[in-house]
Amino acid sequence: MIGHLALCAAANLGASGSLLKMSTIDVLIIVVYFLLVIGIGVMLKKHTKTGEDFFMAGREMTAWVAGLSFVAANLGSLELMGWAAASYQYGILATHWYWIGAIPAMLFLAVVMMPFYYISKTHSVPGYLQLRYGEGARSVSAVSFGLMTVFMSGVNMYSMALVMKVVLGWDIHFSIWVSSLTVAVYVMLGGLLSAIFNEVLQFVLIWLGALLIPIVGLVEAGGWSGLVARIHQNFPGGDYTHLWRTMGSFSDNPMGINWIGIVFGLGAIISMGYWTTDFLVVQRVMTAKDLRSAKLAPIIGAAFKMCVPFIVILPGLLGLGVLPFKLVGEAEAIATGGHSYNEVLPLMLARYCGPGLLGLGITALIAGFMSGMAGNVSAFATVWTYDIYRPLAKRKSDAHYVKVGRWTTLLGVLVSIGTAYLVMQFQSIMDYVQALFSFFIAPLFGTVILGMLWKRATPAGGFWGLLAGTLSSIGMWAYIKFVDASFLAYMAFSPSAHGKMQDWMALKASAPAGTSIPTAPISDMAENMYRALWCWVICVAVTVVVSLLTKPKPDKELTGLVYGQTEIPSEGHFPFYKRSIFWAGVVAVIFVILNVIFW
Amino acid sequence: MAKQQLFSIWFAIGLLLDVYGFMILGTGIYGYFNPPENPVVLNELHAGIWWGVLLLAMGAFYTFRFRPKKS
Repeated sequence: MIGHLALCAAANLGASGSLLKMSTIDVLIIVVYFLLVIGIGVMLKKHTKTGEDFFMAGREMTAWVAGLSFVAANLGSLELMGWAAASYQYGILATHWYWIGAIPAMLFLAVVMMPFYYISKTHSVPGYLQLRYGEGARSVSAVSFGLMTVFMSGVNMYSMALVMKVVLGWDIHFSIWVSSLTVAVYVMLGGLLSAIFNEVLQFVLIWLGALLIPIVGLVEAGGWSGLVARIHQNFPGGDYTHLWRTMGSFSDNPMGINWIGIVFGLGAIISMGYWTTDFLVVQRVMTAKDLRSAKLAPIIGAAFKMCVPFIVILPGLLGLGVLPFKLVGEAEAIATGGHSYNEVLPLMLARYCGPGLLGLGITALIAGFMSGMAGNVSAFATVWTYDIYRPLAKRKSDAHYVKVGRWTTLLGVLVSIGTAYLVMQFQSIMDYVQALFSFFIAPLFGTVILGMLWKRATPAGGFWGLLAGTLSSIGMWAYIKFVDASFLAYMAFSPSAHGKMQDWMALKASAPAGTSIPTAPISDMAENMYRALWCWVICVAVTVVVSLLTKPKPDKELTGLVYGQTEIPSEGHFPFYKRSIFWAGVVAVIFVILNVIFW
Repeated sequence: MAKQQLFSIWFAIGLLLDVYGFMILGTGIYGYFNPPENPVVLNELHAGIWWGVLLLAMGAFYTFRFRPKKS
């Protein structure tokens, strides 16, 4: 979901030659990075002998390591470049995806959901569904997650290679094979442990490589107030520095979305679904060494996530304030030979970073790509081995499953590479794969949260609710895409926008190929938000109705899985300032203050 | 069988920062005495020098604080 803009951005990058020229020292910095990540994999191989070691990093991670890995698995380089581009285009509104679109969900995971994941000792989210609802719900979520993870990994891989081609002039095949085989080697050797260790390393590098841009940029702009004044001067009439003021209606802001979509679609459903049930990120915090660490890890992740706009959104805003030329849409950039929004981060990197620092910045981008990909393949290997292969090949030795996990890692990378080449031939696939992935997030959250909080939810209810939510999401997407786009106005509680949508569709249909048309009155982004909201409602409604009509599981089978049937163990006797709930409160208060400051 | 002691990832990060700090500081000092033909914006801040020092200092801290201990 979050990478949608980024994927579009990367897909549309024009082949206008490389933006950056590297020196020998820059290349050396990148080479040192590759050697170290491989070295970490080699050193960790001897520590990953059992299934728990390989798939769950031995469940020995500290809160800091699990928390940083949790947030790093999401912080891909396309995320960095895509949202920097979005902040140039839409201003500070892009920050919603980092604040309301992440922080409440991460805190909810820590305080409410983590105890159940931890106590049940499950190895995956589909594994929790199997314990709670049985094989039906597990199979639906395991197969969909496995497929979508490798497809998404391939799409990201292709996008990244495209970025490297445009930014550095690198051969697209070289980028794909070198980066992905490096990830394959270190994850195959050290499993999740290696992935997590490297993600922490990559997280530090991303910060140190990207942090210089906002620091030097703010010096140039004359601080935050100077930056705001420059943006007003360069773009009179536009509001690029307020988070909520323009959220009253779809037409008040360039994103074409309103506060209902942001708060309920993004904040309450999509981000909750992603941060609490997407196994790619949840797997990281499941590796924590004890319950307190498991609860603290998402809180630490949330604290750092809240800071990410400083290295992602601020460079885009600085681009608005200090660049001596205006960035434009991709089509216009190709037609006029100018630069597009998507190039804002590399342009800012080139503006402030000389030899050495440039290498560090590019290493940050590569590290971002590799951390995202390692997250995908390690989660895929776990779900494939435990939730798809093991039910079919029971009673094998632990060593056998570790072996399957190692080969599945390689298989996942090779399928991802295959997907990358497929996307290279048929770029429209990218939109479909992205949409496919989004179909499963919102309903899965409905199924998991009902399973955890409502003991009356039955196996049949969970299965049919998940299936109905997923199918309704696909149905809504297909209807709007292929039958009637103006239906979106009703879906978004805005029947008054129906006429405007029809006018826009007529304009789009009559416009000659290649000409640019205004964006839709209600954007694709808003469609994602409202589709998520509706399919979650359908999933919950079907789960409730079917559950009330079918026989519930006995209470004793729900112990450790459901609120009210589970005694949550104490985190230990600690002073208040060492308790997870205290730090969750601190992060929540800072989150509110930041939203008020930038209101 | 007792499990082997894991090395600290913070120690590895410290080593990397030391290496990067050394390389970037060295490049920054070279650039100070041999100004480039096409300098970056605010080149006069010599960001490479103080960023290199920062990386070295962080690297030294992590390398020392999380160094492998004899069991």
